[in-house]
Amino acid sequence: MAPAPSPSAHLRSAVVVAADRTPFSRTGRAYARASSQDLLTAALDGLAARTGLAGERLGTVVAGAVLRHSRDLNITREAVLSSALAPTTPTTDLAMACATGLEAAVIVSNAIRVGQVESGIAGGADSASDAPLAVGDDLRRTALAVRGARSAPARIRALARLRPSALRVEAPRNAEPRTGLSMGEHAALTAAAWGVSRQAQDALAARSHHALARAWDDGFFDDLVTGYLGLHRDDVLRPSTSVEALAALGPVFGDTMTAGNSTPLTDGAAVVLLASEEWAAQRSLRPLARVVDAESAAVDFVTGTDGLLTAPVYAMPRLLDRIGWTLQDADVLEVHEAFASTVLATLAAWESEQFCAERLGRPALGAVDRSRLNPLGSSLATGHPFAATGGRVLATAAKQLHQIAAQREQQHGPGAPKPRALLSVCAAGGQGVVMALEAL
Amino acid sequence: MARPGGGPSRDLYAELVRTGPGAAVAQRLGLPRPAVLRRHADGQPLLAGPALVLTTGGEPSVFRTREAGGALASVLRGAGAHLVERAEADGPRLGAVVVDATGAARVDDLAALGLALGPAVRRLGPSARVVVVGPAPGSAGDPEAAAVAQGLEGVVRTVGKELRAGATANLLRLAPGAGAAEVAGPLLFLVSARSAFVDGQVVEVAAAEGLPAPVAAPLDGALAVVTGAARGIGRATAQVLARQGARVVAVDVPAASADLAATANAVRGHALALDVTAADAPQRLVEHLGAHLGAGGDRRLVLVHNAGITRDRLLVNLDAARWDAVLGVNLAAPLRLTSALLEAGLLGEGARVVGVSSTSGLAGNRGQANYAASKAGVAGWVRALDPQLAAAGATANAVAPGFVETEMTARIPPLLRQLGRRTASLQQGGRPVDVAEAVAWLAEPASAGVRGQVVRVCGQALVGA
Repeated sequence: MAPAPSPSAHLRSAVVVAADRTPFSRTGRAYARASSQDLLTAALDGLAARTGLAGERLGTVVAGAVLRHSRDLNITREAVLSSALAPTTPTTDLAMACATGLEAAVIVSNAIRVGQVESGIAGGADSASDAPLAVGDDLRRTALAVRGARSAPARIRALARLRPSALRVEAPRNAEPRTGLSMGEHAALTAAAWGVSRQAQDALAARSHHALARAWDDGFFDDLVTGYLGLHRDDVLRPSTSVEALAALGPVFGDTMTAGNSTPLTDGAAVVLLASEEWAAQRSLRPLARVVDAESAAVDFVTGTDGLLTAPVYAMPRLLDRIGWTLQDADVLEVHEAFASTVLATLAAWESEQFCAERLGRPALGAVDRSRLNPLGSSLATGHPFAATGGRVLATAAKQLHQIAAQREQQHGPGAPKPRALLSVCAAGGQGVVMALEAL
Repeated sequence: MARPGGGPSRDLYAELVRTGPGAAVAQRLGLPRPAVLRRHADGQPLLAGPALVLTTGGEPSVFRTREAGGALASVLRGAGAHLVERAEADGPRLGAVVVDATGAARVDDLAALGLALGPAVRRLGPSARVVVVGPAPGSAGDPEAAAVAQGLEGVVRTVGKELRAGATANLLRLAPGAGAAEVAGPLLFLVSARSAFVDGQVVEVAAAEGLPAPVAAPLDGALAVVTGAARGIGRATAQVLARQGARVVAVDVPAASADLAATANAVRGHALALDVTAADAPQRLVEHLGAHLGAGGDRRLVLVHNAGITRDRLLVNLDAARWDAVLGVNLAAPLRLTSALLEAGLLGEGARVVGVSSTSGLAGNRGQANYAASKAGVAGWVRALDPQLAAAGATANAVAPGFVETEMTARIPPLLRQLGRRTASLQQGGRPVDVAEAVAWLAEPASAGVRGQVVRVCGQALVGA
């Protein structure tokens, strides 16, 4: 069946121009005293410096944080006001759990493609170190009642209703409100359902660390990362880890998932500059890649029909069919490593004729060349500051495409086929976002 | 933010002897009392007081015109200076004395110069300027004239050592064919507050073509690359170049990217995280600049090789790693980067290459054989590079900082640090901005006559003079 042309094919291009992120840091370390807003500001400043945008007004900045204080009501706007960007740059706060950063890029690129803005920044930041703590509903309601009381006796009466048990503090939990299960517990159910082995998970984790370490050593991140608070590299990264070392760890979720093949809580921020080709050319900025299209999906994980982190399994074929690509067209396939098992279960689903026939109503997407999967490592090695991951994935993929395109042009001349990338990020709440990129 | 050096060093002695009791004690004991130097501030007049132009020596002067004071006076007047006819005992303190000695050729002319200069020096105000403009020795082919031309250097360097209260003395030497157009830029720099820490220096001025008159934003239309721009002298250089109108590409190692971003954003420039010693550094710089210079090449390039490191040990303890590291960053990298840009055709009309040498290199310094080799090497390099750039209409020069208050000098042991500051005519260390001002001056179109030279920014330090 010949695919129908993508309905968005007539729109102009939105291109990835440049990106910046802080090094990612394990929670409680280098950024223990930095807020999400501080991190987002640092990433914006790094991007402004790299692209010479200090003092410039951009069309929009869309970003967010998953862990938010009540003071973070307008976190993106506050970060822009603290940054080198012009204070006349409008902003939008966005929330889509772990897919926040990539969904922000979808929104900004769409605004560029329809011609609403010429340029925009998409991104996100999270600090699990500086996580908000909330007081319990009992204490909160009492405090509100005291504030609303009109006389001293009324205030005392309101306070007297307080019980010691109300004084506990609630930290944000990494658990689904509807199932009470943590994300890891959910992922363990999926891993078991797909029979993902411990060995395969540990191998993927080891490879992620080794690939990321090599990319750092090669200077790949020199124009994608700006140091922050004395940190110059992702400190989750363990260059010397091995399958053997990972095999020694005890399981923490289910039988196969360990601290080594799951992402730790992480602090960091990532932002990506998107623009029209004209805008980039006017500023002598060389774009890395073009945003072809994107798709989001959600699954019914509450009843157990699907796994919590499997929405990209559904989003990807819908995207591929719309733009007429196959999974194997991707020269780079970036699948966010929330857990090693999540990546492996996702690939297994795409390879399964039975699953694809029954659930997707189509032939299997097929196997992928593993050398194209997360070629420079992913979240297991970088860590996963929730809202920052989308920006990291997009920037890493776009620059890889740019490099592959340059190599191909050197080998085959200017007519060489343009390398392509597919990106996939799963999120809490059973959601997911996928995106297609093409080198310029 | 954690910084390895803990910030630039602070001159506590100078702060002490500027206050009431400290000043009294220092005066009683005859201790040095370093002046607060007049430095550039936006909107300030060229000079702190009126200027006096003297013409001494024989005939003819290069600058003799029908105007009062000749062409040098009109250069000063054009920049807003108020000129007086003579130094009056009860007149205002002078901001500058400029001596046209281009006609000096006979031995007697030296005495005449000294006798004319004396009364003017008595009337100099704080941070005043003495600039003598003389012929280049040997340009006349007359031994006596050459002796006199060289003799001017002895006078000026001595005056520099005798001046007080932040005043400086410098000599401009005119090569044959150079005139008011060539000397205007260097003269205005040397009389201005921008040259606060340039003292006792001799700058040769060669003939140049198509020189523009000095303007307020001389670096408009320039794209300036500054290596080592994250901190210290590099950051100050980025700031001054931007102030003078240049678009700045701030370069430093990835490990300094946070400070580098701060520099770039402060000057509304670009940050380029690049280790100048990396194998692909020349290629990456060429690609980056190629994009920003544009296909039309409408911007001229200013290349400032400021990145530098020290790995100090006595020669007998210097290992290969310390030699290689210092030579690699301080000398090999500027050579490679410049060659690559030259080959790529990016060093075109009006381009400027400015190296950073060091008085430690020119004089040698205990424990710094590797550093001195690299920094003396920079001096030799720009001298040989300049003629190669001449055909393209570009120049190469270097600045040689003396003791400048930076994170690098903050690591010097306290006693040596005091010695470094006090053994200069200005009795203090310079600031990063002082070096930056000299770099920005060399980058101006009006500096086209300054070629292949090393200008020390050292407050007339005793070493490396």
